[in-house]
Amino acid sequence: MLLALVLLPIAMGAVALVVPSARVRAWLVPIGAVLHAALTVAVVIWPPPPMFDRWLALGPLGRLIVPILSGQFLVCAFYVPAYLAARPERPTRVFCACLLALSGTMSLVAVSHHLGLMWVGIETSTLASAPLIYFYRTPRSLEAVWKYLLIGSVGIAFALYGSFFLASSALHGGHESSLLFEDLVRNAPHLSKPWLHAAFVILLVGYGTKIGLAPMHTWKPDVYGEAPAVVGAVLAGGVATCALTALMRFVQICNAAGDGEFARSLLIVFGLLSIGVAAAFMIRQRDYKRMLAYSSVEHMGIIVFGLGVGGLATYGALLHILNNSFGKGVLFMTTGNLHRGYGSRLTADVSGALHRFPASAALFLAGFFAITGSPPFGLFLSELAIVRGAFAAGNYVGAVLFLALLATVFIGMGAVVIRVVQGPRAADVKREREPLLTILPAACCLALVLVLGIYVPPWLDALLRDAAAFVEMQP
Amino acid sequence: MSSLFEPLLVTVLLVNMFVLGASRLRSVIGASAVQGVCLGILAVTAHGELSFEVIGIALAAVAIKAVVIPRLLYKAMRDVAIVRDVEPLIGLIPSLVIGALGTVFAVVFSGTLPFAGVHEGSLVLPSSFATVLTGCIVLTTRRKAITQVVGYLILENGIFILGLSLLDAMPFLVEAGVLLDLVVGIFVMAIILNHVSREFASTDAAELAELKE
Repeated sequence: MLLALVLLPIAMGAVALVVPSARVRAWLVPIGAVLHAALTVAVVIWPPPPMFDRWLALGPLGRLIVPILSGQFLVCAFYVPAYLAARPERPTRVFCACLLALSGTMSLVAVSHHLGLMWVGIETSTLASAPLIYFYRTPRSLEAVWKYLLIGSVGIAFALYGSFFLASSALHGGHESSLLFEDLVRNAPHLSKPWLHAAFVILLVGYGTKIGLAPMHTWKPDVYGEAPAVVGAVLAGGVATCALTALMRFVQICNAAGDGEFARSLLIVFGLLSIGVAAAFMIRQRDYKRMLAYSSVEHMGIIVFGLGVGGLATYGALLHILNNSFGKGVLFMTTGNLHRGYGSRLTADVSGALHRFPASAALFLAGFFAITGSPPFGLFLSELAIVRGAFAAGNYVGAVLFLALLATVFIGMGAVVIRVVQGPRAADVKREREPLLTILPAACCLALVLVLGIYVPPWLDALLRDAAAFVEMQP
Repeated sequence: MSSLFEPLLVTVLLVNMFVLGASRLRSVIGASAVQGVCLGILAVTAHGELSFEVIGIALAAVAIKAVVIPRLLYKAMRDVAIVRDVEPLIGLIPSLVIGALGTVFAVVFSGTLPFAGVHEGSLVLPSSFATVLTGCIVLTTRRKAITQVVGYLILENGIFILGLSLLDAMPFLVEAGVLLDLVVGIFVMAIILNHVSREFASTDAAELAELKE
C-alpha cells in the first residue's frame, strides 16, 4: 500500500512518456492524481502495516502530510490540461511525466521512516522538478533552473552531510547504529550531544535551502518567477512541505533528546529572519510572480517560527502547512491565468485585470486576503494559534515582531495586488473568455481555505493534534 | 586501518590547496580526479577486512569521480570551447588564505566533537570539513559554470570522507551519497548539451544574472 503511493504516480509518469496523444497525456496527470488521492484516503482510514523493516511507514506526521500533498496535487492536476491546451506549441511529454514522478517522490519523503531513504526522496524530487521549471526553454528559465539545481544541490549535499553527522551522533553515542527514525527517537537521550548539535545546524542549513528559508532563499524568486504557474503551486505547496517534513523529523529528534531548546532558538531566528527578508522584498515589488515567491519565503518563515515556539504554536504551524499549500494554489493558478492573458509579469503592464479577467482577478484578490491571514480564512486561525503560542511561551518580543512583520507584508503585497486587480486600465478593455478548468481548481483551493477558517473538522483536528504531539515528543 | 590512511587524507588536504591556487581549468579538473583516486584508496584502507561492499564503493568512487566526470568535464571544455583560465572573482592568493583559515577552523571545530572507535584522533573529520569548505569557496568565488561544477564535486568529496567512517555501520547512507554524483553528471550534461553556451554565448555563470531584484 505505502509503496503504491510512491510507485503509482511514477508508473503513470512512465505511461505519459509513451502515450502519443498530447491531449490524452495531459489528462493522465489528473487521472494519476485521482488514483493517488483515492489511495491516500485508503491509507489514512485503514493504516497499512510498515514495509521493508519499517523503512516505509505511516506515522502520525505522515498521516497528516500525505493527504496534504496528495490533495494539493489533485487540485493542481486539474489545472494542467487547460494550462497545456492554452500552450499547444510546447512539448508536454517530459512535463507530464516529471510532474507525475514528482508526486511520487514527494510521497516517498512523507512515508519514509529512514534517514537515508528520506534524503533520497528529497534528492529525486529536486531532480524531477528541474525539467518542469525549464518548460518554456527561454534563457531566463535556463538561468532559473541552473540556480535551482546548483543551490538546491548544495542544500541537498549539506543535508546528506548533516545526516552523516546525525549517524555519527548515534555511533559515538555508543549504541546500535540504526537510522530508522523510530530508533533514533527512542535512543535520542543517548545520542552524542556535540554531534547532534552540529548535525542539527547542518541539517537546518541543508533542508532550509530546500524549504527556502532566508538567507538560503535566493533561488526561490527566480524559480517561482520562471516556472509554469502550476509547477510554482506544486513547488510552493508540495515540495516545500516535503522539506519541512524532513526538518520536523529532526526537530522531533532534538526534542526527544532533551535538546529542544537549542533547536528551537535556531528555528525562531531563521523564521523571523525569513519573514523579515520577505517583507523587505515585497515592498515595491514590480513582478507579481516574484512577489509570490517572497510570500512563500514568508510563510515558510511563519511555519518554522511556529515550530520554534512550540506548544500551541506547533499545532498552528502544522495547520498553517495545510492552509499555505492550498492558499498558494489559489495565487499561483490565478497568476498563471493573468500571465497568459497579459503576456507580462510586471505590474507596469498588468493592471485593472478585474475588467478583463473578472473571475481570475477576483480569485487572485481573495487569495491575497487569504494568504495574508485575514479572517475568515484558515490562515488567520493558524497564524492566531502561532501568536497565542508565542505569548503563552512568554516570547513577547518574538510575538510582537512577528505581528509587525506580517502587517508589513500585508501592506507591501496589498499594494501590488490591488494595482493588478483594480488599477488603471485602458479604455477599450473587453471582458475575455476564461475556460472553466483554469478557474475551478483555484476556486476549490480558496473554498477549502475558507472552510478551514470557519470549521476544522474533528478528524482533521485529531490528525493535527497527533502530529503536533509527535513532533513535540519529550524525552 | 592501514598506514596509508592518514597520508592519503593529507594528500586530499594538499589537493584542496592546489585547487584554490591553480589558475588553469584543466589542472583544477585534474586535481579533483586525483582526489577521487585518493577517496577510492581511502575506502579500501579504512577497513581491516575487505568486503564486497567496500570494494564496490571504492571502485564506484574511482570510476565516477576520477574517470567519468573528469572526462565529461574535459569533453565539455573542448566542445563548448571554454577558455582555459579559472577566472576567479577574488584573487588566487586570497582564495588560498581563506582556504587555509578554513582548514584551521576545521581542525579546531573537529576537536570539539568526540570521536570514538578506530578513527579516534584521526584526520577524518578535519579533512572532511576542510574539503567541504574548499568546495564552498570554489563554488562561490569562481565565475564559470564549469568551475562551479568542480567546486560542487570537491564539496561532495568532503562529504564522502566523513561517510568513510560510517561505512561499516551504515553502508546504505554512504551508497545513497553516490546519487549526488548523478547531479554532477546532469550539470555537465547541461553544459555539453550546449544550452548554457548557446543561450549566453559563454559558460560564464556571471552571464546568468538576468534574474535579480
